[in-house]
Amino acid sequence: MIRFEHVTITYPEATTPTLVDVSFEVPEGELCLVVGVTGSGKSTLLRAVNGLVPRFSGGILAGSVVIDGRTTSDVAPRDLADVVGVVGQDPAAGFVTDFVEDELAYAMENLGVAPDLMRRRVEDILDLLGLHELRHRPLASLSGGQQQRVAIGSVLTAGPRVLVLDEPTSALDPAAAEEVLAALTRLVHDLGITVLIAEHRLERVVQYADRIVLVPGDGRQVVVGTPAEVFGGSVVAPPVVELGRLAGWSPLPLSVRDARRVAGPLRDQLASIDTEVFSRKARSLGEVVATTNGLQASYGPITALRGVDLEFRAGEVVALMGRNGAGKSTLLNHLVGLREPVSGAVQVMGSAPHRLSARDVVRVAGLVPQDSGVLLYHDTVLAECNASDRDAGLVHGTTRTVLDRIVPGVDASTHPRDLSEGQRLGLALSIVLASEPPLLLLDEPTRGLDYGAKQRLVEVLAQLAADGHAVVIATHDVEVVAAVADRCIVLAEGEVVADGPARDVVVHSPVFAPQVAKVLAPLALLTVNEVQLALAAASDSSYS
Amino acid sequence: MTAPRLLHPGAWWLWAVALSACALRTTNPVLLCLIIAVSGWVVVSRRADVPWSRSFASFLRLGMIVIAVRVVFQIFFGVRIPGTTLFTIPEVTLPDWAAGVSIGGPVTLESLMAAFYQGLRLAAVLACFGAATSLCSPYRMLRALPTVLYEAGVAVTIAFTFAPQAIVASRQVREARRLRGRSDRGVRAWSASALPVLEGALDRAVALAASMDSRGYGRRGSSSVSVRRGSVGLVLLGLVAIAVGSYGLLDSSAPALFRIPALGLGAAALIGALVAGGKSTMRTRYRPDPWIGPEWMVSLAGVVALGSFVLVGRMGDALSPSTNPLEVPAVPFVAVVGLLIAALPAWLAPHPPTLASASSPLAVAA
Repeated sequence: MIRFEHVTITYPEATTPTLVDVSFEVPEGELCLVVGVTGSGKSTLLRAVNGLVPRFSGGILAGSVVIDGRTTSDVAPRDLADVVGVVGQDPAAGFVTDFVEDELAYAMENLGVAPDLMRRRVEDILDLLGLHELRHRPLASLSGGQQQRVAIGSVLTAGPRVLVLDEPTSALDPAAAEEVLAALTRLVHDLGITVLIAEHRLERVVQYADRIVLVPGDGRQVVVGTPAEVFGGSVVAPPVVELGRLAGWSPLPLSVRDARRVAGPLRDQLASIDTEVFSRKARSLGEVVATTNGLQASYGPITALRGVDLEFRAGEVVALMGRNGAGKSTLLNHLVGLREPVSGAVQVMGSAPHRLSARDVVRVAGLVPQDSGVLLYHDTVLAECNASDRDAGLVHGTTRTVLDRIVPGVDASTHPRDLSEGQRLGLALSIVLASEPPLLLLDEPTRGLDYGAKQRLVEVLAQLAADGHAVVIATHDVEVVAAVADRCIVLAEGEVVADGPARDVVVHSPVFAPQVAKVLAPLALLTVNEVQLALAAASDSSYS
Repeated sequence: MTAPRLLHPGAWWLWAVALSACALRTTNPVLLCLIIAVSGWVVVSRRADVPWSRSFASFLRLGMIVIAVRVVFQIFFGVRIPGTTLFTIPEVTLPDWAAGVSIGGPVTLESLMAAFYQGLRLAAVLACFGAATSLCSPYRMLRALPTVLYEAGVAVTIAFTFAPQAIVASRQVREARRLRGRSDRGVRAWSASALPVLEGALDRAVALAASMDSRGYGRRGSSSVSVRRGSVGLVLLGLVAIAVGSYGLLDSSAPALFRIPALGLGAAALIGALVAGGKSTMRTRYRPDPWIGPEWMVSLAGVVALGSFVLVGRMGDALSPSTNPLEVPAVPFVAVVGLLIAALPAWLAPHPPTLASASSPLAVAA
């Protein structure tokens, strides 16, 4: 269905090609997952499927991409609309119309589908994706998961046989991600649509994949195979696969369900371990850095926060979780003084942040916003780092050092726009981290990061907490919460519904529990690392 | 009462254009205020619960700025109208070649009132357009356009969305500057943020274009290149002819050929383009908005108001009250009745669907 033949793609002004000699084939009706580290060229590969690369990006494509018997160099993307549907990373950026129903019909109107058939197909897609209750809603009023499903529906109505999705769940909370993935598997199973999907959060999708295309980056050959084959030797693997490798299970389990069925002996072996050992109480909590008292916030008629009382101490990593729109970003914006409370008070290091000048705010609180690219506006990475050192009055080179710790090997002369999502986030993160504010806030920091970059981020955050910063991350990424958070706060509709040690909060939640906890329940172990330590402790105790 | 639905965008635009034509025919402050009040009332009663429905307030604000600018210009540069002098600002003597331009001098109440009336007229026109954009989005209007104009229309719509997107982008950039610890003030701050704002808006435009293209926008039907070029040429010819014709109607000194004949030629060219172009595109339309009772009533309400203004204009000069000598403007009864009729859509138009009721299927008349 999709065939890449010796494809090499070079962007304009790039010295080396992004993809080198890529050849693979995806047969009809498969769900094929594209994985790879940050910046390896996954998005480029996906956008080459219907010719958006190089037609919309510039650059040179050598070799050929053949889709349903047609070569993309001969056909414009618009003439492939009835064969390939492409959904980009930010679904809202691609919306043309104002209402859900109009958006679904848009592609069909362009293709000249007869009105009665059009009506019928819209109804089918509304049912298939569970959108019928939203059909008359303005697109701007939808949540992230709903927008993503509408974006998928808007390309499906044209009746494509291939669906290409770039990180469809990266901005979504766990429940909304399930919603989207369930819809996708239905498409594969019921309609026989071929799906090509790039995703960093393998733990969410790998169990649905028939085939994996591993894009290693740096001009190395792509690896294509079944999930078990590819993950046998890959550095990029979800926690459940890592656990399988550690325990020596064969074949490697890909889903929590597979793993639980073989995990009995491991659970027995670990049953005697006291998980209290792993509680991160070792870090001593310092003074109170920030407090909110009865904090209320609203956007027009919508109340975003309803009386939030919280306290953040130096030396702790706090995870802020909850659905899209639960008020997480609003809370962060208040802590850094971008918004003024409607009522109640915010105090950071003894002063109200919204009253401080910009220069004083960064010394007490730093925020990496969700769309981290907005922090960057110089034309090279180097200029960005130097400006950051100047702004914060740091020793020359500080920002660059932090950057190398998070995303090593970024070329200093690159334009920030040409960095991958993950590298760009790393740069923004470094700029904020460089001035080492006592209160560090990160809004969805792991969006678009691969496991390696995430691991480095986790190390940096842990180090910052150990150095006495209070770190607050608003995130949907349960694995990162498991790896780094001491405390977990769950927000729902602007209220705090849970606030306690991360282990207690996530372990028993069906939505927020990480994969390892699900496999090993009722044991309260959260990460592969903890299992490793526990196994070592168990073997020690059996010798003694 | 009909079930909640969105009115045909053409009806709202016809109503708004008629109302703004009323505003253009008068400088009577009472009538102008009434026009603003009528458009505001209809917007408040019938706007949908959607993001763009809040644009009316910004159009009102823009109107106030227009009035202020007009009055300030009058104070400093305006033509000196004799009358009650309020205060005098020092006059700048200009060289002979700049005769006819005056700066400073006595400022009279009469001149200020004349400037205020003119500013108010523009503000009323802006309010009418604000009402139309709050009551239906540009994209809905676009859907109602004939297919041959559709592609040009999309370009225009996207151009329209550039401004709101730039506003969003500039807020983001301002916040980002604060997060980096830079001050928000000063010309340098603004010039430094201009580039990222433009880049951001451009990125969005490219992303949108990619999304539209991969969903088949701009696909061609089976028609030949020459037919397509021909219909585009006819559209251009038609538009130019109509522009010339409208100019001829407004300027009484224009030759007679520039009036009705030019308009007729323009209309014929456009109709020809629609017929030729309609065959060349393969676009179809999903659930087109019906044009039924309420649509007729709303557009008729606007036309009746315009008719009443034309009538009053024929009968006397109540539409342009004198500012020299200054007098209390007369309020022509017929025009007021006309504007009250123009306010009827606040009751005649169907309610827009609310977010709460949006989940229930809406009645669509056959």
